[in-house]
Amino acid sequence: MSSLPNQANVVIIGAGIVGNSMAYHLARLGWKDIVLLDKGPLPNPGGSTGHASNFIFLVDHSKEMAKFTLDSVAQYKEMGVFTQSGGIEVARTKERVDELKRRVASGKSWGIDGLHILTPAEVKNLVPFINEKIILSGFYTEGIGTVDSLRAGTIMRERAQAMGALTVFPKIEITGVDVENGRVRGVRTTQGNIKAETVIVCCGIWSPRIAKMAGASIPLTPAVHQMVSVGPIPLLAEKPGEINYPIVRDVDFNSYERQHGSDMEVGSYDHRPILMDPDDIPPIEKAALSPTEMPFTQDDFDPSMERALELMPFLGEYGVRYAINGLLSLTPDGFPILGETPEVKGLWSVSAIWIKEAPGIARAVAEWMTAGNPEIDPSGSDIARFYDHQKTWTHIRARTAEGFNKTYGIVHPREQWASNRNVRLSPYYEREKALGAVFFEAMGWERPQWYESNAKLVAEYGERVMHRRNEWDSRWWSPIINAEHLAMRERVGMVDLSAFAIFDVTGPGALAYMQKMCVAQMDVPVGRVVYTPLLNDHGGIKADLTVMRLAANQFRVVTGAFDGMRDKKWFTDHLPADGSAALADLTSAWSTIGVWGPKARDLVQSATEADMSNAAFPFGTCQWVDFGPIRALASRISYVGELGWEIYVPFEQAGRLWDTLWEAGRQFGVLPVGIGVYGTTARLEKSYRAYGNELEQEFNLVEAGMLRAVKPQDFIGKAAYLKQRSEPPAAVLCSLTVDDNTSSSGIKRAMMGREPILSLDGKPLEDKHGRCSYVTSAGSAPSLGKTVLMSYLPPDYAKLGTKLKVEYFGDHFPVTVAAVGPTPLFDPENKRMKG
Amino acid sequence: MNILVCIKRIPATGGKVSLTADEQEIDTRHLGFTVSPHEECAVEEAVRLIEANGGSSAVLTLGAEVSTEQLRDAMAMGIDRAILLETDGREWDAGSTAAAIVEAVRADGMNFDLLLFGNEAADTGDYQVGIRVAHALGLPCVTGIKSLEIKGGGAVAKREASGGWDIFEIPLPAVVTVKEGINLPRYPSFQGRLKAKKKDIARAKPQWNGNQMEKARLKIPKEQEHQVEILGNGPGAAPKAVEVFQKLGLFQK
Repeated sequence: MSSLPNQANVVIIGAGIVGNSMAYHLARLGWKDIVLLDKGPLPNPGGSTGHASNFIFLVDHSKEMAKFTLDSVAQYKEMGVFTQSGGIEVARTKERVDELKRRVASGKSWGIDGLHILTPAEVKNLVPFINEKIILSGFYTEGIGTVDSLRAGTIMRERAQAMGALTVFPKIEITGVDVENGRVRGVRTTQGNIKAETVIVCCGIWSPRIAKMAGASIPLTPAVHQMVSVGPIPLLAEKPGEINYPIVRDVDFNSYERQHGSDMEVGSYDHRPILMDPDDIPPIEKAALSPTEMPFTQDDFDPSMERALELMPFLGEYGVRYAINGLLSLTPDGFPILGETPEVKGLWSVSAIWIKEAPGIARAVAEWMTAGNPEIDPSGSDIARFYDHQKTWTHIRARTAEGFNKTYGIVHPREQWASNRNVRLSPYYEREKALGAVFFEAMGWERPQWYESNAKLVAEYGERVMHRRNEWDSRWWSPIINAEHLAMRERVGMVDLSAFAIFDVTGPGALAYMQKMCVAQMDVPVGRVVYTPLLNDHGGIKADLTVMRLAANQFRVVTGAFDGMRDKKWFTDHLPADGSAALADLTSAWSTIGVWGPKARDLVQSATEADMSNAAFPFGTCQWVDFGPIRALASRISYVGELGWEIYVPFEQAGRLWDTLWEAGRQFGVLPVGIGVYGTTARLEKSYRAYGNELEQEFNLVEAGMLRAVKPQDFIGKAAYLKQRSEPPAAVLCSLTVDDNTSSSGIKRAMMGREPILSLDGKPLEDKHGRCSYVTSAGSAPSLGKTVLMSYLPPDYAKLGTKLKVEYFGDHFPVTVAAVGPTPLFDPENKRMKG
Repeated sequence: MNILVCIKRIPATGGKVSLTADEQEIDTRHLGFTVSPHEECAVEEAVRLIEANGGSSAVLTLGAEVSTEQLRDAMAMGIDRAILLETDGREWDAGSTAAAIVEAVRADGMNFDLLLFGNEAADTGDYQVGIRVAHALGLPCVTGIKSLEIKGGGAVAKREASGGWDIFEIPLPAVVTVKEGINLPRYPSFQGRLKAKKKDIARAKPQWNGNQMEKARLKIPKEQEHQVEILGNGPGAAPKAVEVFQKLGLFQK
């Protein structure tokens, strides 16, 4: 074995499936001089990879995770380590029967074939030892299988070595990470130090510990997943090979049964959450098996054993040969933690990753590190998404404990977390509570989704509130949202927008810097408000936000709560090295109230001596306005398509401003309006795009229908953008309306987003890049009396009036293309907003 | 016939054993618990003897409430009932342990034909409890047994001796301490686990009369360095590997 070098281009810490995949993909993309270290021996250093059950189910409601998984399967197949077995999720409850239909729909949205809903008898045909009498249906995916993850790791490591790009050092422990001026400089180990400008943490459950050495955070926790192996079972041993029967997920009890040679592995996520402190993980030499195979706690597993026996009675008589409390990584929102840490340049996290998605994720991160443009958009897993409070142990423990038992759960798309709430409260929180606000959480903020004080409006508007008679559709929802919507469009509403992330960019180089960052022209008069997308180098959409030019050298950037920290890192990463522009995070300094509706001007004018007329205060501009003793920044824009302003006010004066506006609004019928209107109903009627739904790195501005004149100045992604403009788009973002919401059981249904759009003969629509059409956003459009869906459609279908279908819980509903591109369905000429 | 097996909860140590700061206990922070391999074989032997000869088996341990885990493990393997001699968790020496067992056996009312022990506990290694119990009860006792058969009202027990076997014909009731290798213990099944979970455990609180032996402190013996020799890589390494296997006597001649 060669001795440890004192310098390397990249140091990868951790030789589990993730570290090996990273080494291979970096080498494949031309990186040289890569060092891979692990404190354990090879090929199984003792992390979670070593005890993984190694099976891969394909369908996930998250597009990002499904795409990582599909790519991983392709890679495992290419390496020859994938065995296709098929897999079945069985339903024991009626609710699950519906959920399985929803999973089929998600699979179709992400382009997965071979999905079938089976009867109990059909399940029995595939799995002869199952007790079909206790199940109601099964969701069978043909392409499910198992992998040899240790072999895959070895293959990828050896390929990188064969390319001359990698040296590998097992049994070397990291003792420190050197950081200088916020940049990683190298690692210290038990066998000497290595200088390196790039360090990748692929340490799974140990990642937080390594990050901490560098002063960074990787917010995950080790948690127990119990697994036993039962056998030898003669029936399973009859045929040669590792697996001959489909893997069964007993999803209603959070467990699975997976053949492994002559044994059946039974795993469970049904027991109480058992979280560990990373510092309590035993060192390798003290662990009875391995550090991630902790002593089994039988009592926790007993209920799962009983459930397994119900489903597969033949398991009862065979011996439990192996039983562990296996450790794996859990994150507060269930997504992996990928990307360069916001705290330390050059320090990358590739953590909290399962076998099923590891090679795909590694490819994406390697692409990200190499050219900044991963083919699969990893934004949902970006380590930069976390706000500081989400990095605390309280938050991590609360949310992982709550999320653990939802591993196979039926999670409603709007479902709210119950734990660790009330962390970020706007200045209006108490006032909103008094108005009966129902709070939904946005990255720690408590935001009113609707107000019970508006309940009386429901009767007033009658059927126009588009009641939802299906329980699922109406869960985490209220007809009050639609009533608020209609009332706002007639009167005036006040919306709490304090969750905005707000950054000020200042300095003599601010204009040049903002020009570089933004697609839109930033050299605008002071007092202009600009809505602009941000691109990556390859023309992928990185962000969309508004910018106010407050002074020649001062720009105020306003972006959404969910994107705030990711956008902040993107801005910070590109600040000029000469210090000519600086960024300050003012999120906690400025609170925002939106005042919108036909009476908005009347309301605002009655609260100020300033001239709020259209001539004095035109659309798309901002001004400092005095409301009594409070000087606030009013910005005349709207995400709801109504006349009005976003009013920015210092936090400590915000309560007084709310009261002032509220009082002024009484005579105009002011009402509080929740995010249900702001984020969905009003937005959809106006065809406004939302980042993470319509806008993401996988689609471009031409496809999103967001073309404006190209400014002469250079900006990030310009060359790619110009190229995109010169080519016909592969897909076009359209708004569709549902022609008839009536389901096969005669109840009107309301889609929620992510459903597949199908041709009239029920086939998925695929664009020339292989992307299937799916609903990016869905919601009621009360002013139109229709359900509106947005979706990217291949050009042949992106024509006004095209009839298509949407699949929702197994039913197909007729839809019509109602707008191609950005044309709003409601007030298409924007007369209300600009009046 | 009626058989009693006596077991003891001990830490399931892995690689490196470490001690608590006061050097009084093994540090069990990362460890699970089990019984010594000899005792696991004693449990298996009891289950097999009852399966073959009919009757009833019981398992007994002296220890804290947590020791019920080991009693249930034994019942999951097929032992019919369990007795916990509950303590506050302190270490009882061989003498006091044996005295408590003797009292429990007398109190149980069941006439045990066979009392099975492991040859020694894997943690303290006293080699005494079985012998002391036999002495106190006035029963015949054989130790280190690797084969046991019930025959014509008595038992035939075999102990490995250099180059052969010591064979004992013993009358019943008797005390037998067994060694690993007497059988291959079964793994508990799901059904066994679930049955064991539902069973009651009989409890008694033996009187603590003090130990005759006091533990001063534990000490970890000097670690044996093991040398890893890489025989080679790929198919080329096969002849060398075969050589090693031959030396170890892994091939049948």
